[in-house]
Amino acid sequence: MIQIRGLTKIYDGVPVLSGIDLDIKKGERIAIIGPSGTGKSTLLRCLNFLETPEQGEYVLDGKSIDVQKAKASQIKEMRLRTAFVFQNYALFANKTARENIAEGLITVRGEAKETAFERADEILRDIGLADKADAYPASLSGGQQQRVGIGRAMANNSELMLVDEPTSALDPEWVDEVLQLLTRVAQARQTMLIVTHEMAFAKEIADRVLFMEGGRIVEQGPPEKIFTSPDDLRTRSFLRKVL
Amino acid sequence: MRALDLDYMLGLLPILLKYLPLTLGMASVSMILALLLASLFAIIRVVRLPVLDAATRVFISFFRGTPLLVQLFLFYYGLPQLFSFLTAIDGISAAIIGLTLHFSAYMAESIRAAILGVDRSQWEAAKSIGMSTGQMMRRILLPQAARVAAPTLINYFIDIIKSTSLAFTLGVTELMGAAQKEAAGSFLYFETFIVVAVIYWAVVESLAFVQTQIENRLSKAVNR
Repeated sequence: MIQIRGLTKIYDGVPVLSGIDLDIKKGERIAIIGPSGTGKSTLLRCLNFLETPEQGEYVLDGKSIDVQKAKASQIKEMRLRTAFVFQNYALFANKTARENIAEGLITVRGEAKETAFERADEILRDIGLADKADAYPASLSGGQQQRVGIGRAMANNSELMLVDEPTSALDPEWVDEVLQLLTRVAQARQTMLIVTHEMAFAKEIADRVLFMEGGRIVEQGPPEKIFTSPDDLRTRSFLRKVL
Repeated sequence: MRALDLDYMLGLLPILLKYLPLTLGMASVSMILALLLASLFAIIRVVRLPVLDAATRVFISFFRGTPLLVQLFLFYYGLPQLFSFLTAIDGISAAIIGLTLHFSAYMAESIRAAILGVDRSQWEAAKSIGMSTGQMMRRILLPQAARVAAPTLINYFIDIIKSTSLAFTLGVTELMGAAQKEAAGSFLYFETFIVVAVIYWAVVESLAFVQTQIENRLSKAVNR
């Protein structure tokens, strides 16, 4: 569905991503694990053009986008095809839960307000927050905010959901409800790229696990293989520390 | 010290109040135009639009760096000498243009600071769902910036109301101009100008009530 070729991102002369190649198939759920500062989040942010990579190519349904020469229309297409779930939720502070979910449908996709709100209410029921439709983010708990954040990503029916450390900013008491929701989204075969430090969660939902270090994909494979008998020494030493 | 002529003051009040609508009208129109212009300047500066950014900076520097009275004289007495089509401009329009440009320069900086104060995550979330810069500004950043900038902007509105009194130097008979004429006839300068001062004061004080309403409305998203 999306092929990434030679993706390179450099911050202040230091490469954060060094020529990443990755093929994402439709319906595939990929978990990215690895130490902090190894480019996991940057990879997600580049796919959504929140960062402009220095080099590389995205291939969508056979059409190629050169990341350095991407036109505004191509950047928008990439953003419509991907939906981002942020570590810090990043809900629109001036909009209610319902409005947060409906905003993209109304403003970007040009849907009528009524149909967008109906869709938002449907999603709110689905994520168990129907009673919070008119609540502003400031009055929601961290867990509730992140569930709305996931709801916002679901609303756009994007082909690929990019989930960036969805529970890292949460108090421990809210982690479970967010992981449960994401598990449900994953079970519906939503194509996903998830950066996470929750290894049990990664094991449960992922079809494929990528281990990243130093801006490269060091090793990848099915979770049974990566978590039990990884080939690479670095993967082993990382997993020994976190498991 | 002589006694105040209270009868004169009481009689003067209704005469002067007739000019209050003009004062408030000039102030309101100037405020609305200045807000629109200032928002535009602020966005140009935040997004760093090439050429326009530099031009906006020069504009702001000039209108903040020179006295309002000088600007009003330039518009009303000066520019028509250069451009003959401007000779038809009346004092009220010249005052509104002057007040608008002058205060837009100040307000642009307040609005710019307020936009830059909105958390970066709001920009990223807006961009990530595919919003254009204009959509992001209109739907996400400006509404949030408005809450932060509101108290300062309302202060500028108070300043605009008081600054309309300078329009009398352009021959406009607004509140101050009318008072000037009354005083010239009665020679009771103290009585006349204390009545004018009280009228301005009362108007500004009643704005404090409006200010609370506006601020409450804008903060409904952050009140728990």
